[in-house]
Amino acid sequence: MWKRIPEQIRHLVVPIVALVIIYFVARHFLVPPTFGLWGHYRAASVVQNAELPLKYAGSEACADCHSEIASTKKGGYHRGVACEICHGAAYTHTQDQEKQKPQIPRTRANCLLCHEYQPSRPTGFPQVVSESHNPLKLCTACHQPHDPRPPHPPKGCDACHATIQRTIAVSRHGDLVCTTCHEVPNNHRLSPRGNMAKKPQTREACGKCHAQDASASKEIPRVDMASHGGKYLCWECHYPHMPGAR
Amino acid sequence: MKRDRPGKGLDTSRREFCKTILLGTMSLAVPGSILAATEKKGLSDWYGTKYEPAKHLYAMGIKVDRCIGCGRCVDACKKENNVPDYPFFFRTWVERYIETEDGQTIVDSPNGGKDGFKTLPSDKKVFKTFFVPKICNQCEKPPCVQVCPVGATYRTEDGVVLVDSQYCIGCRYCIQACPYGMRFIRPETKTAEKCTFCYHRIVKGLLPACVEACPTQARVFGDLKSKASPIIQFMRFNKTFVLKPGLNTEPKVYYADIDREVR
Amino acid sequence: MNAEIARLYETLKLVVGFIYPNEIELHWNLLIVIYPYITGLVAGAFILASLVKVFKVKEVQATYRLALLTALSFLIVAPLPLVAHLGHPERGFEMFMTPSPSSAMAMFGFVYVWYLMAVLLLEIWFDYRKDFMVLAEQEKGYKRLVYKVLSLFTKDNSPAALSFDKKAVYAITVVGIPSAFLLHGYVGFIFGSIKANPWWSSVLMPIVFLFSAIVSGIALVLLIYMVAVLVRGEEPDMACIDKLASFLFYMMIVDFSLEFLDFVHRIYQSEESIQILGQMISERLFTSLIVIQLILGMIIPLVAIALVKMFKWPAEIRRLSYFIVALLVQFGIFSTRWNVVIGGQLFSKSFRGLTAYKMAVGGVEGLLVSLGFLVLPFVILYVLIRWLPPWEKEHAPSVPNR
Repeated sequence: MWKRIPEQIRHLVVPIVALVIIYFVARHFLVPPTFGLWGHYRAASVVQNAELPLKYAGSEACADCHSEIASTKKGGYHRGVACEICHGAAYTHTQDQEKQKPQIPRTRANCLLCHEYQPSRPTGFPQVVSESHNPLKLCTACHQPHDPRPPHPPKGCDACHATIQRTIAVSRHGDLVCTTCHEVPNNHRLSPRGNMAKKPQTREACGKCHAQDASASKEIPRVDMASHGGKYLCWECHYPHMPGAR
Repeated sequence: MKRDRPGKGLDTSRREFCKTILLGTMSLAVPGSILAATEKKGLSDWYGTKYEPAKHLYAMGIKVDRCIGCGRCVDACKKENNVPDYPFFFRTWVERYIETEDGQTIVDSPNGGKDGFKTLPSDKKVFKTFFVPKICNQCEKPPCVQVCPVGATYRTEDGVVLVDSQYCIGCRYCIQACPYGMRFIRPETKTAEKCTFCYHRIVKGLLPACVEACPTQARVFGDLKSKASPIIQFMRFNKTFVLKPGLNTEPKVYYADIDREVR
Repeated sequence: MNAEIARLYETLKLVVGFIYPNEIELHWNLLIVIYPYITGLVAGAFILASLVKVFKVKEVQATYRLALLTALSFLIVAPLPLVAHLGHPERGFEMFMTPSPSSAMAMFGFVYVWYLMAVLLLEIWFDYRKDFMVLAEQEKGYKRLVYKVLSLFTKDNSPAALSFDKKAVYAITVVGIPSAFLLHGYVGFIFGSIKANPWWSSVLMPIVFLFSAIVSGIALVLLIYMVAVLVRGEEPDMACIDKLASFLFYMMIVDFSLEFLDFVHRIYQSEESIQILGQMISERLFTSLIVIQLILGMIIPLVAIALVKMFKWPAEIRRLSYFIVALLVQFGIFSTRWNVVIGGQLFSKSFRGLTAYKMAVGGVEGLLVSLGFLVLPFVILYVLIRWLPPWEKEHAPSVPNR
């Protein structure tokens, strides 16, 4: 039977079979032991990923010992700011207090990472222009970082609403004070979120200057309040902080 | 949002079918002795802990309106995960978008935002501007896992895409396949690397380093399989969006208050 | 700071617009450009060889064995740049041990082995078996042993056995054509299946790869044949050369149409990425895409062959034109590979900016190593021709009967 197969085929079968056997033997020894256990990967790799060392301990770990500071922070504006954001990764410290002392940042730059004025930051987030905001003082001289209330209520609106302040300053409304249009409750400067300032709720608020019969300066553009704009409030189409913008 | 909560869609039967075919083929190809050897290693009960991957499914929410561009997340990520401190290797980064009055969109991310952002890169009049944090989307259908030729990157049962740096051959196909530019080659090891949602932290109940380090809670992390999880609250109270939904990667990082210009 | 990082800082200066921070490093470089180029030459040369056996194109019989040996020498080199560019070449075997069933790249190893073992080596073996036996008789010493091993110690030279060889060659060629299509179409699929990359992601990619492969393969065999004839001082077979040029022309028409279709399709669909791709072509790929690939590598050769055929110029001028055309085509197809591989990584997946490719000269990923990989197949081909003479006249000695 074997002899009836052409010689070429018989002589070819040997190396081919050898190759296939070598392949399966190699496979037996070279595929890692946990490969394919949970999927098409080395199960041991999941464990290796899970066992990597920690660097950040997490705020809860800090509160275990520093309960006083934790309770101070709890009521303040920095309640959501984890300890290690300013004091640095401190897992080693939680394991051995002697081995690592967390940093205490004493520069203005550290606070300014979050609080320097930047137009891209969400409006209402407290920001300062560091060049003009007590340039020679440390932030901590006036603000207690674990409960950072302003030392006195902010004088102007720009302490928090810097983006708007900068926008309106170069606009045609630059001479107006905020309270011309916004009704601001007394306590807004002390507790802003609980006492929100209001936007004008009537068309007449703008009409005081822009209606045909308004007594304001003649250079101010006028509109026919009856026909212009219909049901919309003025600021629903015009941006009052930059009325010239598109 | 195509699908807010995890679950099997209509394609289940097709997926099951493929799985059966593949497993069938693989069982022919993988010698039985290998499977037996793994049982002995005791890996089936997750390295001696009570952690059960199947009971979790991790996801992240990002509230764009809250990001102040301080870059603490990028900094924390680099420290926690030993990411090489050069401006070419990031597991997470922050982008700054500036839409100008003449309709242009300028984007930048100097050093991934790690050192914070300084003055605007353009003198043009600003229409609006904001920050957007980026991180691996931990896709439910990850293209990077699909293309890996050797099984050195994979999606765990709890929904995190990981890399096996001891098995990665460094072919970089996964980097080409990721639509979000989330992967890089670590120069010392010459293997692929990416965000792991800080897998070594989350399996111990800690938050990922970037979430821990976010001072404004712009990043929310949680377990989609737990009823009382910050991520569930986030999904409930926000209208969310994912990046590049047209590619059908089904990301597990959800964005709220995002802008049309973000890609 | 090492050189690699320094190079990234240099590249950082060339970035235009915004790219994702991890995208500065260009991951698939020159080595991955020459990989599909070489694979394409293999597929093209083999398909040319199959013209003789399956489609009975008598004119190109003279190039049959040459085409097979060319295909083999390039196929041996094809995986080397791939392995060289791996971060961990020593782990490359994992591709065979635990291939991921979902990965386009993992299957390449098997397609490659199939093509090398089951198609090329087998076909060459059956085609050369008689020669091996004859040469084993003629030669002495270690050469005799080598030929004996090459013939796998077969001795049967009966007419029945020799006709079995012929049948086997035919059968293998029939299987080989789809295999060659598979090999290179498959390389196209590795790129075409990446949905994240709009420059690559296209169903046409495997087909465009295939036809450009055939074009480059025919042009290469044409070049090698003309050089070989010159070196050996023989009278060139003009019918063969003309026929090759005709096939080159037809294949280039198909290739050109497919690429044009791809181009029109992209412009017409005008998807999200169209603006950045346009910017990339004008700012980064103008020379390699418009000048080299399109004008020098496609339009000029097409016009030249058409002119030569129309005006029936004398043989010398025809030969010279074909030679220049075949050279230009090589540059053109190499540029095609460059534009696919490098081009696909020059734009950001944010579609907002471009990075740049700074080619290194030294090092594994540098120009010199790549040039080495391009020269190596010719060295192998020289050795192969020495040991397995493909020339008609020499391989027709009578087989001594036993």
